[in-house]
Amino acid sequence: MRPAKGSTQPLIYSMPDPAAPTWGRKIMRQIYQQRYLFLMVLPFVVWVIIFKYIPIWGWTMAFQDYKPHLSFAEQTWVGWKYFVELFHDRQFYLVLRNTIAMSLLSLLCGYTFPIMFAILLNEIGRRYFRQIIQTISYLPHFVSWVVVAGIFTKLLAIGGPVNQLLLALGLTDKPILFMAKGEYFWGIVTIADLWKELGWNSIIFLAAIMGIDGNLYEAAQMDGAGRFRQIWHITLPGIRPVVFIMLIMSIGNLINIGFEKQFLLQNNMVKDYSEVLDLYALTYGIRVARYAYGTAVGIFKSAVSIVLLFLANFIIRRFNDDRAVL
Amino acid sequence: MRRGKTKERLFQVFLYGVMVLIGVITLYPFLNVLAISFNDALDTVKGGIYLWPRVFTWNNYREVFTYPNLVIGFNMSLLRTITGTVLGLISTAMVAYVISCREFIARRLVSALFILTMYVSGGLIPEFMLVRKLGLMNNFWVYILPGLISGWNVFVIRAYMDTLPESLTESAKLDGANELTIFFRIIFPLCKPILATIALFIAVGQWNSWFDTYIYCSGNRALTTLQYEMMRILQDVTSATTSSIYGMNEYNAPRTSPESIQAAITIVVTLPILFVYPFLQKYFVKGLTLGALKS
Repeated sequence: MRPAKGSTQPLIYSMPDPAAPTWGRKIMRQIYQQRYLFLMVLPFVVWVIIFKYIPIWGWTMAFQDYKPHLSFAEQTWVGWKYFVELFHDRQFYLVLRNTIAMSLLSLLCGYTFPIMFAILLNEIGRRYFRQIIQTISYLPHFVSWVVVAGIFTKLLAIGGPVNQLLLALGLTDKPILFMAKGEYFWGIVTIADLWKELGWNSIIFLAAIMGIDGNLYEAAQMDGAGRFRQIWHITLPGIRPVVFIMLIMSIGNLINIGFEKQFLLQNNMVKDYSEVLDLYALTYGIRVARYAYGTAVGIFKSAVSIVLLFLANFIIRRFNDDRAVL
Repeated sequence: MRRGKTKERLFQVFLYGVMVLIGVITLYPFLNVLAISFNDALDTVKGGIYLWPRVFTWNNYREVFTYPNLVIGFNMSLLRTITGTVLGLISTAMVAYVISCREFIARRLVSALFILTMYVSGGLIPEFMLVRKLGLMNNFWVYILPGLISGWNVFVIRAYMDTLPESLTESAKLDGANELTIFFRIIFPLCKPILATIALFIAVGQWNSWFDTYIYCSGNRALTTLQYEMMRILQDVTSATTSSIYGMNEYNAPRTSPESIQAAITIVVTLPILFVYPFLQKYFVKGLTLGALKS
């Protein structure tokens, strides 16, 4: 043992206390002391392993000729066979195109409109009016997609209000078959999504706007900045961090757009535009019982979203640093 | 100066105009469905129902509650919402509490286990296979167990618990209370605002879900849910509109039509949410903001 440098150090090297518990016993005692905490969390650790981690282990299925009645050891391994098959399926590329298209559309609309809405809400002077609008706009978020799909199907029907309005305004001379034309499907899904989530998605931006220091606005007013300049130079930069965080999260989820709305709004006439990856996995994985193939689709999705998450994180960090230098 | 004033006035007109328009676009579909649900089915087919029923009737609602599937579905939706919310809330809060205890030695491990679930999931097919292996097909617990805890909710509640002063639990510990008692007696009541928010989220999710019925429980009529039945009727109506494109639109139901039934169910399905949500609005706005800003 080397002598310590400082004068206060030597205390550490004093004789070990013979009565002090060993490391293992200390741990045991701590576990015993915290037995209630362990008891409380144990059922949920078991739960998370069964319901969240065993399905991840289930990814192995994609590399096997999976037969449900056989045990894990009895399965035949086939390597990347199903992935090769997947990448050779033309349907897969169609489905991928639909997924990416709808996802980009919802990303685009899911940011710009709620941000604009939040900014406008913040400009409303009358408190009660603002609260009423807020309450109304949050409402559709709580309604199920089943209901929303029903409402939209009816709104866009041949004799429905939208067609009536278009006819009355002379924008079209015969009713448009919105739900029967594939080219309209992406737009319909995007608008339905916007209608449902506009208010809800604006909550977080509104909170960020409210968090901006009021003195900044006062100073800008003194300098003679009008409303639009204030929005441009104070509000928008003020909510930038929140926008970036939300953006990273949604880019990571770009490919996980779900399938509920597509499932509920689609019909046989628009299938070429409405099928998304999850529906594809569902059709092949469960209805046709090609479990391995369906799992491969799922793995592809997870891989893409993890890559996107890191990419978005990287790009935005770079972008932010550049801005900071300026 | 004058120009500034007219500009300002124009902006105000634009602002209030846009807001009213958004309000109308959001509310009108609901009011329209409400009007149709109270209007005589034969009369509805003629069209022209906007905000108010023309020939008032309760028939559509009466009809809804004579379909055995819809009655079963209503009860099942209610049961799963209550069970799922109570169990889900206690479980989520308990995990949140344990990982908010700084001295807990397995804290990081448990946190990591739940954080990871927010980013990776097994996906549709492996989860389906798991449910099948566990014998949860056509079983009530498939509504509750697979989605019992969401990692996101755990961390929102934990963020709230971190704001509570530690002295509260310390004095209880000196009095010899164990963590289970502390959790139920002290922490749980103190977290009421955030727990109300999470309860609302879980309840709405339970009430609105239909896919688990579709994929796991479509073989057992006793387990059908309102949303699932509604989905089936909706798909029927969609095919009815598709057939009407080819000029085959003919309903021969005597008292009511699929469209009116669907309107009535829409109201039955939506009403409970409309009653609960305005009271909880101030909580969830706070809860959502807290959760998002912390993470």
